Amino acid sequence: MSAASAFGMFRWVVVRDLMLAWRRRADVLSTLFFFVIVVSLFPLGIGPETQLLRSIAPGVVWVAALLASMLSLGRVFQNDEQDGTLEQLLLTPQPLYLVVLGKVLAQWLVSEVPLVLIAPLLGIQFGLDPNTLLILFVSLLIGTPILSLIGSIGAALTLGLRGGGTLIALLILPLYIPVLIFGAGAVDASINSVSSQANLYLLGAFLVVSLVFAPWATSAALRISLE
Amino acid sequence: MNLYKYASPSAFYPLAGKMIPWFAVLSVILFAVAIYFGFIVAPEKAGDQNEVYKIIFIHVAAAWMGMFLYVLMAIYAGIGWAFNARLASMMASSLSITGAVFTLLSLVTGSLWGKPTWGTWWAWDARITSTLILLFLYIGFISLQSAIDDQRRADRAGAVLALVGVINVPIIYFSVQWWNTLHQGATIRLLEKPKMTSPMLIAMFVMLAACWLYSVVVVLMRVRCIIAEREQNAAWVTEGTA
Repeated sequence: MSAASAFGMFRWVVVRDLMLAWRRRADVLSTLFFFVIVVSLFPLGIGPETQLLRSIAPGVVWVAALLASMLSLGRVFQNDEQDGTLEQLLLTPQPLYLVVLGKVLAQWLVSEVPLVLIAPLLGIQFGLDPNTLLILFVSLLIGTPILSLIGSIGAALTLGLRGGGTLIALLILPLYIPVLIFGAGAVDASINSVSSQANLYLLGAFLVVSLVFAPWATSAALRISLE
Repeated sequence: MNLYKYASPSAFYPLAGKMIPWFAVLSVILFAVAIYFGFIVAPEKAGDQNEVYKIIFIHVAAAWMGMFLYVLMAIYAGIGWAFNARLASMMASSLSITGAVFTLLSLVTGSLWGKPTWGTWWAWDARITSTLILLFLYIGFISLQSAIDDQRRADRAGAVLALVGVINVPIIYFSVQWWNTLHQGATIRLLEKPKMTSPMLIAMFVMLAACWLYSVVVVLMRVRCIIAEREQNAAWVTEGTA
């Protein structure tokens, strides 16, 4: 097995998942609209005071991003498991790590990147200043891949189980908490005119660690689920 | 004597049965000693706190047990997964319930202590929040295991989740230094002279030992039930040879 074929596999998985997502555009859009609607509900529930909305904006946007990622994660392996593709992928000589990484990358591009792009627009609705909008964008850009990586572990563990949707939330949301704290913390710091660097660096560190370990745990979980 | 034979559920079942009464008696004695030191020997006031501070004896022990048992559960689950050892996986399932109970107990006692001392039932402080997260992790482990019908898959999936979640336990411990909010800093440090009087320390450590023994007792009792349930079709159960 050459390195080229392993990366060929990785590229194949990404391209294939992107193509499948393109043919089911409604799924992608529903996650995006879920995110927008959840964020828009908060001003309606809390009231239109600008000062209050500005101070809750980081948490609201980040929590909505967490919940939205729950929605799309259930689908990462589900379709492939049902039509038998996943079993074939597990049997390939290429490292499963790369297959998982490819699927997670595709999921991130399809489901999370649209959220990251639209988040600054929602930030404007909450009265955030341009600099804070930038920090919100950057923190989501660094943080959402972590959500996809950690979430894939839960998706693999709950594969094919009844009540998989709620179960995955029970398993994964507690593990998301550090990301939420530092992601929302970065935006919060920017609102209070403090440097967001520390929070963003910590998010970056989480990203590196989860990039190394999460696909490995997901691979192990997939092998367990499909045994 | 070959100790490895006790890795077999059929050999461990009677051994656990013999160990339970001993640990139970020891545990009761230690609880009695801890309560004696806590309520009678220890001073009535600690700093500016009156008798209400005495809840910390059980609070601290429960919080420690909650964390230790999570690590222990992850180790057992990992052993069960790596070496395909059924008994270790059963121990992990058994430990998860006791660990969750202790974590809940530490949250409840902490909140009962917080109301008269801090003036609030709940504070979103780093360590309280991390303990709450620990409880969520236990709940995730328990619900994942009960959602999977295939026992082998349940054990292994639980092991992956426990090992991923164990990363959280050091975060709990260091969170006090990281965020440093309302919760008081660690009172007991390894290399410093403790800030508590010695009867209080004795009460706290005896209570911890009592909680350990209590955990051993209930975990063994529960693991016996799990063994009996999972091995119900095995010859040694149906013929009643053990």
